[in-house]
Amino acid sequence: MQNTILRMNKLFFKIFTLTIGFSFLYFPILTLIAYSFNDNKRVMVWKGFSFRWYKELFQNEQILEAFYTSIKIASLSATFATIMGVMIGFSLTRISKIPARPFFIFLSSSPLVMPEIILGLSLLLFFISSNHIIGFPSSKGQLTVLISHITFSVAFVAVIIQSRLSSYDKNIEEAAQDLGTIPNMIFWKITAPVILPSVISGWLLAFTLSLDDLVVASFTTGPGANTLPIVVFSKVRLGLSPEVNALSAIIMLIVVLAAISVYLINRSNIKK
Amino acid sequence: MTKLNSNLMIHQYFCLMIRYLKKQNFWFVFTPYFWLVLFFFIPLALIFKISISVSEWGMPPYRDLFSLSEEGFKFDSTLSNYLFIFSDPFYIRSYLNSLSLAFTSTILCLVIGYPIAFYVAKSQANIRIILLVLLIIPFWTSFLLRVYAWKVLLQGSGIINSILIHLGFLTEPISMLHNHYAVILGVVYTYLPFMILPLYGYLVKFDLNLIDAANDLGAKPVNTFLKVILPLSLPGIIAGSMLVFIPVVGEFVIPEMLGGSDKLYFGKIIWDEFFVNRDWPVASALAMSGIVILVFPIVIFQLMYAKYNFKNE
Repeated sequence: MQNTILRMNKLFFKIFTLTIGFSFLYFPILTLIAYSFNDNKRVMVWKGFSFRWYKELFQNEQILEAFYTSIKIASLSATFATIMGVMIGFSLTRISKIPARPFFIFLSSSPLVMPEIILGLSLLLFFISSNHIIGFPSSKGQLTVLISHITFSVAFVAVIIQSRLSSYDKNIEEAAQDLGTIPNMIFWKITAPVILPSVISGWLLAFTLSLDDLVVASFTTGPGANTLPIVVFSKVRLGLSPEVNALSAIIMLIVVLAAISVYLINRSNIKK
Repeated sequence: MTKLNSNLMIHQYFCLMIRYLKKQNFWFVFTPYFWLVLFFFIPLALIFKISISVSEWGMPPYRDLFSLSEEGFKFDSTLSNYLFIFSDPFYIRSYLNSLSLAFTSTILCLVIGYPIAFYVAKSQANIRIILLVLLIIPFWTSFLLRVYAWKVLLQGSGIINSILIHLGFLTEPISMLHNHYAVILGVVYTYLPFMILPLYGYLVKFDLNLIDAANDLGAKPVNTFLKVILPLSLPGIIAGSMLVFIPVVGEFVIPEMLGGSDKLYFGKIIWDEFFVNRDWPVASALAMSGIVILVFPIVIFQLMYAKYNFKNE
């Protein structure tokens, strides 16, 4: 009897904690979405339901262009960062004779602990002086933002790949080798499928990091390279903007769809 | 015979390819490190160089460290930028503000995040995966928009004010924005997933039978928590704390959007020193001292982690 009461208490406490916790996480976003349908220029005064701000959002050239730029930079940066992250992952876990291993670990992980404001400042000063000395990059723009984003994403991808490579059983590869499998074949038939999920999640992480970055991009951007966060920040720095509410709702929708598809893929994998 | 021949050819072909790949190994291994040296360490060295240069009007707004003129070779360096920063309480206070913001919000994230991570990790498998997806969604949603959401909520005409007035706690709306409590709230809100996810990662691996075992042996719940659960989730606590503490020290966006003039933070000072005052040497000196100040907590975290690993081995 007492046990049941204790268990009920525990269950109650658990549900209570989770409810409060998740409400805290979701309340602000959901309010923002609700008010994106508000037909009033003053964001928080409810006037009526409308899609007005969505229409205006899709007619706002500046935001659309920035969205396109951001997607382009984010996918390129994620791809390059993933390739280099995989290289780092392999060199740190597979090459036992790599000289001065701690040094390479230090090299590859220090961008993880660098505040973005310092990273942005140092990259900007670097681009300016390399322009002075060798004339490259000729001007600040999408290329400089791309280089900066690759630089801070590599470390994150490398960590993900490294943890996967170091946790899986190397004997499988050795067994394949003993059975006479060609090294290339080993890579494509055994190693690649094993690290593929981490490669995908590394790519996604690098993509979101780039899409989300405001500070580094603000430092390294130039004409014609306004990313979405830069435009949004300039809109909401001093006040509120109903168009940004609509934008949040759309981004939220994309994220939820992505999350649901990841969930479904995971579930079907588990069933298999 | 021909079949054997072709097999041999294929074999030779692969041998050649492998040799080729082995030659490429050098680039395969070192390309990313070259990249990091070029675009991470050289820029850092450069801001160190600029931080000990003398400010000057012009473009770039500092004097070169080494110069060769009619008078001969000259080495021009100064510590005055650092002396300037550390003699002005304005800068010191901004460092302390940033450190205390990072410390407070890390503790708050831990206190709020731990029970959530614990209960998510201890749920049944099918509920757990849904809760996990619910945790990841805010993590993926744009950081800037989540900060903006609080800006909307905390407005004088915002929903929190309306609720408080409706409930009779307030008679007229107050401005909850533009003070350092709003900044702490914004930081805790945006960085909470960074604390919960690593904690979850460690707690989910944790064997529930250990709790039962501790209970059966007569341990009080408090002791079970302190002596069994907490030590086992320590790596998660350390990882989560680092993920919150380090970026918050340099945080610029949240103080800029939610904060006011009551407390200035390190990130904002660098930003202004560079973009508003255009004083590159002082901005660089601020950044360098920021790195030095950050190194201490990271070393402490690392030592804690090493100690933990040592104990477990």
